[in-house]
Amino acid sequence: MLLEYFQMIDSVEELDPDAGRIVARANVPMESPVFEGHFPGSPLVPGVLLIETMAQASGFMLLSRLKFEKMPFLANVTDAKMRTFVEPGAILRVEAELEHDGSGFAKTRANISSDGKKICDSRLMFRIMPFPNDTLKSNMLDRFSQIGLLKAE
Amino acid sequence: MTTTFEAVAQIISETSDIPLEEITPEKNAFTDLGIDSLDFLDIAFAIDKHFGIKIPLEQWTEELNENNALVDEYFVLSKLCARIDDVIAAKDA
Repeated sequence: MLLEYFQMIDSVEELDPDAGRIVARANVPMESPVFEGHFPGSPLVPGVLLIETMAQASGFMLLSRLKFEKMPFLANVTDAKMRTFVEPGAILRVEAELEHDGSGFAKTRANISSDGKKICDSRLMFRIMPFPNDTLKSNMLDRFSQIGLLKAE
Repeated sequence: MTTTFEAVAQIISETSDIPLEEITPEKNAFTDLGIDSLDFLDIAFAIDKHFGIKIPLEQWTEELNENNALVDEYFVLSKLCARIDDVIAAKDA
């Protein structure tokens, strides 16, 4: 994870686009500028970044289903529960599965665990829209390669 | 047996916190009931789930954006329900 760059997913371990399921890994760094403020003397991964992590795993799965022709944008977060703290150095397992594949939108259920212990879970809704420009699409494809998404698929 | 309109009205009421009695067939979901596009995604999700269909929101949006249709043709509730009935009929055919 590079928290300050919103690079939350380090690798994709399992991906089944047809079934709408992904399992990814995220390694929390020992140091990050984020920890300087959250919190001084007691570093914890902010809950909003855990939600972002679940959203990115969901988004990568959806992008794969969409064959990278459109982009999912996070639109709604419901039933988000932060069950325990995440400290520097934690290794996170991020799971997401498709709940509903709508027309122009999709819903997923996602959760994060570490060492078998539940960290957080949520339901997420995405708008499915055209890429706003080729630069974003190109960068997303590069990111897929970095995290092994194309290989996992 | 619950009609399509009754089911849709119930969904809108629960999703958007609008009193059921204010939801009538001649109302436009957006301009009369004040539902926005994000709320409508929740409504579309609930409609899809309730009826076991996939309402073609992308197609409708494209048609609206291309000025081939008027918003009322899709989002006045009586017309929305008629379109939902068409989707249900196509699924069952």
